[in-house]
Amino acid sequence: MARNHVSATVNGDQVEFLCETGQTLLEALRDELRLTGTKEGCGTGDCGACSVIVDGRLVCSCLMLAVEAEGKSIETVEGMATGETLHPLQRKFIEHAALQCGICTPGILIAARSLLERNQNPTESEVRYWLAGNLCRCTGYHKIVEAVLDAAREMRGG
Amino acid sequence: MPYDNQDKGISEMRYEAPKTLEGAIALLSAANGQARLLAGGTDLLIQVRSGRAEPGLLVDIKAIPELRSIVAETGGYRIGAAVTCMELIENEAFARDWPGIVDGVKLIGSIQVKGRATMGGNLCNASPAADSVPALIAAGAVVCIAGPLGRREAPVKDFVLGPGRTSLGNGELVASIQLPRRAPHSGDAYLRFTPRTEMDIAVVGAAVNLTLDDKGVCRHARVSLGAVAARALLVPEAAAALVGTKVDEAALQRLAAAASAACRPIDDKRGTKEFRIKVAGVMARRAAVIAVERARRQS
Repeated sequence: MARNHVSATVNGDQVEFLCETGQTLLEALRDELRLTGTKEGCGTGDCGACSVIVDGRLVCSCLMLAVEAEGKSIETVEGMATGETLHPLQRKFIEHAALQCGICTPGILIAARSLLERNQNPTESEVRYWLAGNLCRCTGYHKIVEAVLDAAREMRGG
Repeated sequence: MPYDNQDKGISEMRYEAPKTLEGAIALLSAANGQARLLAGGTDLLIQVRSGRAEPGLLVDIKAIPELRSIVAETGGYRIGAAVTCMELIENEAFARDWPGIVDGVKLIGSIQVKGRATMGGNLCNASPAADSVPALIAAGAVVCIAGPLGRREAPVKDFVLGPGRTSLGNGELVASIQLPRRAPHSGDAYLRFTPRTEMDIAVVGAAVNLTLDDKGVCRHARVSLGAVAARALLVPEAAAALVGTKVDEAALQRLAAAASAACRPIDDKRGTKEFRIKVAGVMARRAAVIAVERARRQS
């Protein structure tokens, strides 16, 4: 069996794990590193539930092999809060009731953070396009978009 | 999909990430067709994990610097085969020169998918509905291929042979895609018809690339259609309808008619033959209107 040794950085921590070539980054995060915040929805890159940031790029961790993570810096939902203090996006999601079942939420939080890192003042339309790869079957999206816009406002200091 | 350790094929698969083009070619050549190239992996991983592809070896080309770069050269561009869609979209100079190609690349899946997917992969996957391919054909783009016998070049329009089939031989890979120098007053555009705005597959795609003279008369045009035949088509008759005109209403009508006439579509769940034929004319016409506006803005 082909086992590969991988060293990477996850949420700022140096990690090492073994994986088979066919294993995805999503599986390594959840099953090897026990970071179960990142969810599997479709497993085919359509739903965005498994979104993580790899070297600054938003990607679906189900469409990336774990072995490709060698030397990369990975950010997951577990790295968003600072200790007990939630990230503004997390707080605004709670305030606006932007989640129900919660399966899509980690991916949407990560995707929204990736947007706000590039664009501090997105329009509603820009938020909707950026999040087009994240499916939510509960909220109808409106509250998610409101929460992201409100978080952006707060983070700009307005 | 849960990972299945019982699946012998996938558990024996090896992974290599060579640092040179020569290294990648040697691995591909030695694998006797059992290797698959991994760039963005957004199509390949789905094939592997569903069992539709069972490669013994994955050759990741992302560690090869030449394949990761966007180089402006001799007035044109050379886009490495492993450049991601997001990297290309964010390259402002490229987007200014070839907005129609960026139109197509922007439509290749979500932000997440575009963070990994490449234009080279979109081309090599050889889907008749690939969104970047009609714009590349309209642009006159050239595929730079490297293999055990050296390098060769092929126009994008001849590279895809049919669904899932390209002209790549054993051990060959796409190193880059080359875009020619832009003449003044040139513009291009790509439009597709899909039921949804995002996250969908083209029912019809149309790309128009044209160059105007100082008086606004179209001197050069190329028109390409996607998803209306086994591969994206170059449609010289549609381009001929524009050349020598100011891209007025009569020229646009002739363009639309010629585009519709060139279609050889199939019926499927996304659209009927009749619908695709009709919509191809409409999309080509609308793309021409955008291309000519862009050409007028380009000094």
